[in-house]
Amino acid sequence: MTKVLTDARSIRIKGRSFLAVVLSPDLPLDQWLVRLDDLASRSAGFFLDRPVVLDVSELSIKKAELKQLIDDLAERKVRIMGIEGARPSQLTPEMPPAMKGGKPAADVEVTARESDPEAEAESEAVEQTPIKQVEAQQIRAITQSLVIDEPVRSGQSIIFPEGDITIVGSVASGAEVIAGGSIHIYGTLRGRAMAGSIGNTNARIFCRRLEAELIAIDGIYKMAEDMDSSLRGHAVQLSLEGDTIMADILF
Amino acid sequence: MGKVIVVTSGKGGVGKTTSSAALGAALAQRNEKVAVVDFDVGLRNLDLVMGAERRVVYDIVNVINGDAKLPQALIRDKRLDTLFLLPASQTRDKDALTEEGVERVIAELKKYFDWVICDSPAGIEKGATLAMRHADVAVVVTNPEVSSVRDSDRIIGMLDSKTLKAENGERMEKHLLLTRYDSNRAERGDMLKVDDVLEILSIPLLGIVPESMDVLKASNVGAPVTLADTRSAPAQAYFEAARRLAGEAIPVTIPGEKRGIFGKLFGRKAA
Repeated sequence: MTKVLTDARSIRIKGRSFLAVVLSPDLPLDQWLVRLDDLASRSAGFFLDRPVVLDVSELSIKKAELKQLIDDLAERKVRIMGIEGARPSQLTPEMPPAMKGGKPAADVEVTARESDPEAEAESEAVEQTPIKQVEAQQIRAITQSLVIDEPVRSGQSIIFPEGDITIVGSVASGAEVIAGGSIHIYGTLRGRAMAGSIGNTNARIFCRRLEAELIAIDGIYKMAEDMDSSLRGHAVQLSLEGDTIMADILF
Repeated sequence: MGKVIVVTSGKGGVGKTTSSAALGAALAQRNEKVAVVDFDVGLRNLDLVMGAERRVVYDIVNVINGDAKLPQALIRDKRLDTLFLLPASQTRDKDALTEEGVERVIAELKKYFDWVICDSPAGIEKGATLAMRHADVAVVVTNPEVSSVRDSDRIIGMLDSKTLKAENGERMEKHLLLTRYDSNRAERGDMLKVDDVLEILSIPLLGIVPESMDVLKASNVGAPVTLADTRSAPAQAYFEAARRLAGEAIPVTIPGEKRGIFGKLFGRKAA
């Protein structure tokens, strides 16, 4: 018998990545646990709400010992979301699932706050524990934006390599706007706009009215005379496809 | 304390000097004390347009250098008691102006006058930047054609960055004075339309002065157009602009279109 699929919609499965904290215990385990307790006392609540992966690849222990370790961690309110580097013989169905394909990230720093023990109230510590996450910082840098509330005048140049530029006003003939990210112009673009100046091929240029002298994305540029004349005077979005600047009329 | 107005444009030949003289005379006819200061050192013209070229003894450079006192250099207009001219030096160049000197002269003028009108030289160099430096209000003179509009845009950018007001984080009040406007040519598309210029420059409109032979005639007889022929169309436009500068809210009439009731009323009053 063949199954009849009544609903044509398929289930969409998406991938997503999170940054997990990896614990790599070493032998003897009781001493490692003492060091973990010490770390936790200096930085209370560090493991709360944080995905934790247990890396046992360097650890030669039996199934029972691993189970005990997981229980010991649970007692310390450290919940394990997965186990990395375990042999199948070490795992039981009750244990957290085995994980593979992890990509290394920068070390997570746990700062000691010994000088002021009273301030180690749990909630505060959670807030204040500075965590250095290189990847997260990069993401934040890209989403940074500069908003300009007035027209950009002839002879002015706005340079913002850190991210997007939004201009509520026009960009005059003889003015230039250079962004590391995208450029949004709620007005007429008469001057030059250069997006993705630090090598961002996903950068785009948006403007309410295109009258530009020059536009560029990731170093690929187009002069006014190379532009399709039907785009002039329209609200336009410009993006990069390969080595070609593509233009779409908005609205 | 008086208000300091800079009349500027970037581009030359658009009507800065004509407008400085005309606005000065128009404000002076409201019985307010006005000093018009020529910053175009080396290429002075304001004395000619105001008919004072044979009365210049000392000039702004003499005052800055301490060779003369300010009252010695100021020339009172023969027709209007409240209108004064501080001429520029013709034999020197812009480098004769110093920042401290200009600051001192402007500060002193502000004490005695209700309005100090600084006629800026063309360009974006020292003369122009010093003329705008201490201003409270800027009048940007623009012709309805692309090169003048772009230069004005550049000057507006400088007004927002290089003036004392801008450096103190305040906003410079800027007004657009559209001069040499020819409604027929604008209609034919030979000239930019008022709306196009306003859209590009996006500053409030102070007035539209029509292209007219009356302006040239007035210059030739050495009188501001607002003194030479008060009933002429350009004079009317300057009178209205002066009233707006003084804070009156009156609608701007585009020359060639039917004149509003305010223009008619004011026309009779001024005559």
